[in-house]
Amino acid sequence: MAGAEDLKLLGMWASPFVLRAKLALSLKGLNYEYVEEDLKNKSELLLKSNPVHNKVPVLIHNGKPVCESTVIVQYIDEAFAGTGLSLLPSDPYERALARFWAAYIDDKLLPSWTKTSRGSTEEERAEGKEQSAVAVENLEGALRECSKGKPFFGGDNPGYVDVILGGLLGWVRASEELYGINPFDPAKTPLLAAWAERFGALEAVDPVIPEVNKLVEVAKMMQAKLAAEAAGASN
Amino acid sequence: MAEEIKKGLVLLDFWVSPFGQRCRIALAEKGLPYEYSEQELLGTKSELLLRSNPIHKKIPVLIHDGRPVNESLVILNYLEEAFPDAPPLLPADPYARAQARFWAAYSDKVYEVGSRLWKTKGEAQSQARAEMLQVLGNLDGELGEKPFFAGEKFGFVDLALVPFMPWLTPSFERYGGFSVAEVAPRLAAWADRCMERESVAKTLYPGEKVDEFITLLKKKYGIE
Repeated sequence: MAGAEDLKLLGMWASPFVLRAKLALSLKGLNYEYVEEDLKNKSELLLKSNPVHNKVPVLIHNGKPVCESTVIVQYIDEAFAGTGLSLLPSDPYERALARFWAAYIDDKLLPSWTKTSRGSTEEERAEGKEQSAVAVENLEGALRECSKGKPFFGGDNPGYVDVILGGLLGWVRASEELYGINPFDPAKTPLLAAWAERFGALEAVDPVIPEVNKLVEVAKMMQAKLAAEAAGASN
Repeated sequence: MAEEIKKGLVLLDFWVSPFGQRCRIALAEKGLPYEYSEQELLGTKSELLLRSNPIHKKIPVLIHDGRPVNESLVILNYLEEAFPDAPPLLPADPYARAQARFWAAYSDKVYEVGSRLWKTKGEAQSQARAEMLQVLGNLDGELGEKPFFAGEKFGFVDLALVPFMPWLTPSFERYGGFSVAEVAPRLAAWADRCMERESVAKTLYPGEKVDEFITLLKKKYGIE
């Protein structure tokens, strides 16, 4: 079939990084084949396509693999530049700001959340909580700066940072039930709280976000497993 | 009185920083004039630095017509896009660009893992050593028989990675007990090839100087 674009996404349903790729594809209105990976039994295709990290997501376009969620999202934007929304802004300085905040989300925000929920000591978790508060406050400022009063980081339409942060939305929603914490507390970060609602409700976004109760179930199973291991280890 | 916006490029940097060196090499390769501003990092950071990078308070910072751009890879992408008439460092094809971005980001691991080699001992250090060998193996494999990462031309991945080479040799090699020439021979040859370029040779410091600096840091942080 001449001209048919062959897009395949290797993923895992609960992964926020995979969600980023799905959001980008959805926002650009692109069709693709989704392959759910069993991360405990990774497919040959995954291992061959991402030999360096063996991780999802991997986007395979006409047989050629692209790895790392931020690289994938930028690739989708560039390879399909004429299709659907443009995720990165056109101005070089605004693009630099978008890339800076995307890096911040991965380098500072995510690790602080991981520390808060999975830190091995009370002290570590408390440190994580402090770091999370700072990170979220900085992101609130980023939203103010990037949106300039408009609904999204990307302005009138969602863009790169919206997608990178949006990947975390499933877990942000699950967080309230799991830890009694809303990472985007409307009292502290009103812009982010409103953004989360707004972005989550988009037609291209809502159906793609994993169900909160399923995420909660997975997290609880993980917690139980870790607790059992810890108990077993101390015997 | 309104502050006058300084036109042109200013780079806030620190002499031995490999992240700063990425930017210096890119600016040289692109033939872009700029003002180099050495920053005091081990003492009190300047007002300008704190104002330009309030989030991380780190160098490098590229200030263009008064507006700061932070994070070395963000700066590299910015230079590509803000100066489209200058020689490009990224390929034009989206897939090739994706590969370049992946490997440039991956090259950060050399510094990250290498730092653990001199900061830790025992189990943690062994772990770092094992990881380093894997990273170097992956980089060597990706380079393959090509002269540079993207092929015939020196480009994005080369300049992202090459500043870490004087950290690898002799320092990381000694702390980790390995030899780049042995575990990643093609990478070792590539490093020499890069040093033939003026932009690289004029920007990088010899490994011995980097080694002195690491020793200084160890003293400062009280690491044995």
